[in-house]
Amino acid sequence: MTHFITRRTLAAGAVLATALATSACGAKTDATSTGGTSAAGATSCVDTSGDSIKIGFLNSLSGTMAISETTVFKSLTMAANEINAAGGVLGKKLSIVSEDGASEPSVFAEKATKLIQKDCVAAVFGGWTSSSRKAMLPVFEGNNALLFYPVQYEGLEASKNIFYTGATTNQQIVPALEWLKNEKKITSIFLVGSDYVFPRTANAIIKQYAAANGIKVLGEEYQPLGSTNFGSVVDKVKTAGADAVFNTLNGDSNVAFFKEYKGKGLTADSMPVVSVSIAEEEVPGVGVDNLVGQYTAWNYYETIDTPVNKKFVADFKKANGPKAVTSDPMEAAYTSLYLWKGMVEKAKSFKVADVQAAAGGVSFDAPEGKVTVNGENHHIAKTALIGQIHDDGLIYTVWSSKGPIEPDPFLKGYPWWKGATG
Amino acid sequence: METVVAQVFTGLSSASVLLLVAIGLTLTFGQMGVINMAHGEFLMAGSYTAFVTASILRGSALSLPVALVVGFLIGGLLGIALEATILRWMYDRPLDTLLVTFGVGLILQQLARDIFGAPAKEVSTPTWLSGTVPILGYGFPVTRLFIIALSALCVAGLFAMLRLTDLGRRIRATVANRDLAESLGISTRRTDRTTFFIGSGLAGVAGVALTLLGSTGPTVGTSYIVEAFLVVVVGGIGQLKGTILAALGIGIGRSFLESWTSGSMAQVLMLLAIVAFLQIRPQGIFTTTTRSLA
Repeated sequence: MTHFITRRTLAAGAVLATALATSACGAKTDATSTGGTSAAGATSCVDTSGDSIKIGFLNSLSGTMAISETTVFKSLTMAANEINAAGGVLGKKLSIVSEDGASEPSVFAEKATKLIQKDCVAAVFGGWTSSSRKAMLPVFEGNNALLFYPVQYEGLEASKNIFYTGATTNQQIVPALEWLKNEKKITSIFLVGSDYVFPRTANAIIKQYAAANGIKVLGEEYQPLGSTNFGSVVDKVKTAGADAVFNTLNGDSNVAFFKEYKGKGLTADSMPVVSVSIAEEEVPGVGVDNLVGQYTAWNYYETIDTPVNKKFVADFKKANGPKAVTSDPMEAAYTSLYLWKGMVEKAKSFKVADVQAAAGGVSFDAPEGKVTVNGENHHIAKTALIGQIHDDGLIYTVWSSKGPIEPDPFLKGYPWWKGATG
Repeated sequence: METVVAQVFTGLSSASVLLLVAIGLTLTFGQMGVINMAHGEFLMAGSYTAFVTASILRGSALSLPVALVVGFLIGGLLGIALEATILRWMYDRPLDTLLVTFGVGLILQQLARDIFGAPAKEVSTPTWLSGTVPILGYGFPVTRLFIIALSALCVAGLFAMLRLTDLGRRIRATVANRDLAESLGISTRRTDRTTFFIGSGLAGVAGVALTLLGSTGPTVGTSYIVEAFLVVVVGGIGQLKGTILAALGIGIGRSFLESWTSGSMAQVLMLLAIVAFLQIRPQGIFTTTTRSLA
C-alpha cells in the first residue's frame, strides 16, 4: 500500500474539514433567510366544506432544536386531541398536518409556504427560535395566513398575521428586574448571555432599566452559542462581585456555565443567578446539583397549584410517560390552540380577516392562569412568575406579578426605554 | 496579581482541554494523515460511557476511573471498526475520507439520539473532585486541576510510547517511510490499526473528562473537533511537541484575550491570529524533516 498524501493536500483537507464542521454547527440558529414569499398567494384555499378542518403544526422534529420543539409538538397534539374529543371547532374535527422545521430557518419558511399554499391549513402553530419566526414572518404576511408562536422572545415586533402566546419582555425580563430591585434589594448586576439577538436585545433593555433605577451593571459578557468555555467569564463574574447575575445563555452553554460557577465556589446564596432560558425540561441536563436555589423568570411552572394545571400536568404525563415534565413554552403552545379555537368560535368563521377581527379580548383559563388576547399587538396578557429551582428538579413560584400584565412589545409604557436599539 | 494568576490558570486549564481533545488527533491525523471527522463522535461515545458508568456505579468514587478505562476501550474499538470497514480502503484519498467520516459522525450522533434521547444528560461530579483548592489567593476548581493532570499524563504516556517502545518505533518508521518500513518486515497494516486504536481511544478518554466541565449530548463532539484540528495544524502535522505548544498558546492566549475583551471577540482575534500565523508558517510550529518525496 502506498501513500500519496502530500502535506499540501493534508492541509487543504484540514481546512475543508474545519469549514465543514463549522458550517454544520453554525447553521443552527442565526441563518436569516427569508424563504419563499409569494405576494400573489393572498387568496385563501382553506376548505371549510367538509366535517373537518386542517391546521398545521410546524416544529423542529430533527436537528439541534428538536430537543425543545418536540415537547411543543407533543403539547399541541394533546390540545388537538382534547378539542376533537370535545366535538372540534365550529363542529369540525381538527385534522393535523405536521411538518418538520429541521432547526433551519429557511426550512421553516419553505414548510410554512407548503402548509399554507398546498395543504391549505386554516392556521399554523409552531416555531421556536427568533430566526425561525423572522424567516416565516414574510411568508405569513405575503400569504395573509396565521401563525401562532409559543415562545418567550425579545419583543420589538408585532405582525397582524402572528399571534405571540409566549411572553414579551415586559412580561418576563422587566418583572424579573423589578423583583431583583424591590425584593432582593440589589444595587449591582452582571449580565451573561449567548451571542445572538435575544440576549443582546434583552441586555439592552436591562441596561436602560438599570441606569434609570440606580443599579450598576458591573459587566456584560457574551459567549458564542454552544460555547462551553466559561473559565474567564466566571472569573470576571466572581471578581466583579455583583449582587446578582442575569443569565440569558441558551442551550448547552448553561451546563458549562453553572458547573464552572459551582466549581469556583459561587452559590445561589452568595450570588444568585436569574435565568430566562432554563425551564423544567432543561434542569436535568444542566444538573439539579448545579442549579439548586437559583432563580428563573417565566409565566408558567409545572408546580402551579390550580385544578386546571393539575389536570394539564396529569394528562400530559398520561400521554407521554410519568417522567415527562411540563414547561412554559409547551403550556404556551397548548394555550395557543385553545385561543385560536376561541377566536374562530367568536368569529363563527375560519377566515383570516374574521379571526383577526374577533381576536381582541378572547381569553382562556390556561394552566398558567387566565390569559387574554390583545387585539392591538396580538400578544397575550400573562402573569409573570419568579421561580426557584428545588432539588426535585421542579421550579416553585416565589413571587408573582399582581395579575396578568398587558403585553407591551415595544415598551411604550416604560419611560426609561429610549428607542429600539437592539 | 490575583487576576493574572486566575487568567494563567484558566488558560492552562483551557489548554489542557484542547490538548486532551487534540492528542488523539495528533496520532490519527498527524501521524497517519487520516482526516477523521468522526473523531468528535468518538469523544461523544466517551462522554456517554461516563454517563452510563456513573448511573451503574451510582455515586461510587470509582466511577470516574472506571469510565476512563472503559471510555478508552470504547473509543478505540469504534476507531478500529471504522478503520477496518472504511478507512483502510481510502488511505490515499484524503478528501473522500473527510466526507465519509463526516457522514459516519452524523450517523453516530443520530444513534446516540436514538439510544439516549435528544436532551443532554448530566454526569454529576464525584465528591472527591468537587470544591476548590486555594493557591496564591485564587480558588482553583479541583475538576480543572484533574483535567490538567490527566492531559499531562496522556501526553507523557504517548511520548514514552512513541519514543521507548517497539510499537512506537514501528509507528514512527511507518510514518517516516511506509515502503521502507514494510520492506524491513514491519506489518504496516497492523501498525495502522493499533495507531488508530490508541488515537481514537484517547478521544474516548477526553470525552469522559469533559463531562466534568460541560454537558453530555449527541453534538458534544462537534463543539470541540474544530479547535482540535486547529491545534494539530498550528502545531505542525505529526508533531507531538508542536501540538502541546499550540494548545498552550491558544489556551492561554484566548484566556487573556477574553479577560481584556469579550468571549466572542476573543474567539475572532484568536482565529485571526491563527490565520495570520499559518500564512507565515503554513507548515505549523514544527515540521517533520524527511527525505521522502511525498
